[in-house]
Amino acid sequence: MTLIQPIRGAPQLERLRPATPRKGPPRALRRAMGPLLLVALWQAASMTGVLPSEVLAAPSTVIGSATELARTGELQDAILVSLRRVIFGLAIGGGIGVILAITAGLTRLGEDLVDAPMQMIRTVPNVALIPLLIIWLGIGEAPKIALIALATAFPLYINVYAGIRGVDQTLVEAARTLGLSRAAMVRHVILPGALPNALVGFRYALGVAWLALVFGEQINATAGIGYLMATAREFFQTDVIVVCLVVYALLGLAVDFIVRLLERSLLAWRPSFIGT
Amino acid sequence: MASLVHRHLEAAPVPPAVHIRGLNRSFDGRRVIEGLDLTITAGEFVVLLGASGCGKSTLLRILGDLDRDFDGEVDVPARRAVAFQAPRLMPWKPVWRNVVLGLPGRPDRALAERALAEVGLSHRTDVWPKVLSGGEAQRASLARALVRDPELLLLDEPFAALDALTRIKAQALVAELWQRHRCAVLLVTHDVEEAALLADRVLVMKDGVIAHEHRIDLPRPRDVADPDIARLRGRFLDWLGVHH
Repeated sequence: MTLIQPIRGAPQLERLRPATPRKGPPRALRRAMGPLLLVALWQAASMTGVLPSEVLAAPSTVIGSATELARTGELQDAILVSLRRVIFGLAIGGGIGVILAITAGLTRLGEDLVDAPMQMIRTVPNVALIPLLIIWLGIGEAPKIALIALATAFPLYINVYAGIRGVDQTLVEAARTLGLSRAAMVRHVILPGALPNALVGFRYALGVAWLALVFGEQINATAGIGYLMATAREFFQTDVIVVCLVVYALLGLAVDFIVRLLERSLLAWRPSFIGT
Repeated sequence: MASLVHRHLEAAPVPPAVHIRGLNRSFDGRRVIEGLDLTITAGEFVVLLGASGCGKSTLLRILGDLDRDFDGEVDVPARRAVAFQAPRLMPWKPVWRNVVLGLPGRPDRALAERALAEVGLSHRTDVWPKVLSGGEAQRASLARALVRDPELLLLDEPFAALDALTRIKAQALVAELWQRHRCAVLLVTHDVEEAALLADRVLVMKDGVIAHEHRIDLPRPRDVADPDIARLRGRFLDWLGVHH
């Protein structure tokens, strides 16, 4: 038998407060504060003479040089040349990487023939191939594009291949019961399933594309951002060098933005992307 | 006595939808299905009961042409469809495209919409599968199976992952859809109540063969509270070796 417990007086209540929106500047502004502070510090160091201009030009000088370079059109030309190299290199290298990954991913024969050589060549540092590329392709555009192509093929290969092999087997089975042909299976199930990984590879490939570009443009270039930098080095123009570095950084940022947009539309089916 | 005449007509030989003779399947030498015979007639609702690991899912996978490492005679209709325990919708295709995936020709949205309306999912036509609740996803999976107008529908524990309330609704939906489509159904489950509610015939699988068989002639829709259902439930549990 259960005994009815006597009431022990009114319990102490406390009011729960709903979360209030955080005060202060908007997020985007706050994120911009860090870099801006750094530039301000740099400017102060330059103005007080702590940072001599031979070591590093002041931000104000850099902005001045950038506008000057833009006025003469040198900067735009250099950017266009460099962008073209990256796009061509990425198209060729990425295309090869994706085609090889699909071959290796979809068939056992392809895996046996393609995967082992790819994994071996992957470990060779691309930069070490520059001398060979010069002997094979001369000193024109070809070795620069080839270097970018080489650098970008591998990240795409590895990620697309892993993506294809990682496709959910239960979905493949379900598709079989729906009577999908092999081609339809690849198109509707395997490639979409590999897409998240493929985009990781793409993002990585873009990163190394800029890296390869910097190396490629240090060798016998007559145009491009690397060339601009090389000539600036000859004349100790630290301001121009900084302009080029900033351009590289901004291009990298822009490209990352493009990949984000791609992910947002191509991977809209992922729950993590709802409402963004 | 029109209904009696009707009954009599239905009892005339009905063509088989599934015909299995001497089916064997082993995994690494361990016999899971051993000399199994089974015939399912067209339009019949068969529920296959069995303890975990008894080979009932293997049988269903063989019928769905997902498992070919067997020997024996297995005849199934060319038009068949499977709904799995997990809905297995392609997450990168909107619900309606999932429904008509694999059908010949261009994706027919109107067809998908009709199938989705039938399972009560009209309002979810355009969303991504991952947004659906468990019950909704399972209904989409049913729509995907039925849109193929199957002569044999294979259901592999389709309600096992649903919560109790959703399961009751889903079972009622399957009963209703079956009465409309009149396809043969093989439903694999370990839920004895589900078997008593839905089946024309219940099979209990044990040691690789059909160990028990029971025909249920109760009228539909059936009620869990019906004492007949409770009695059947008890009998099936006995057959499964569960003491209650």
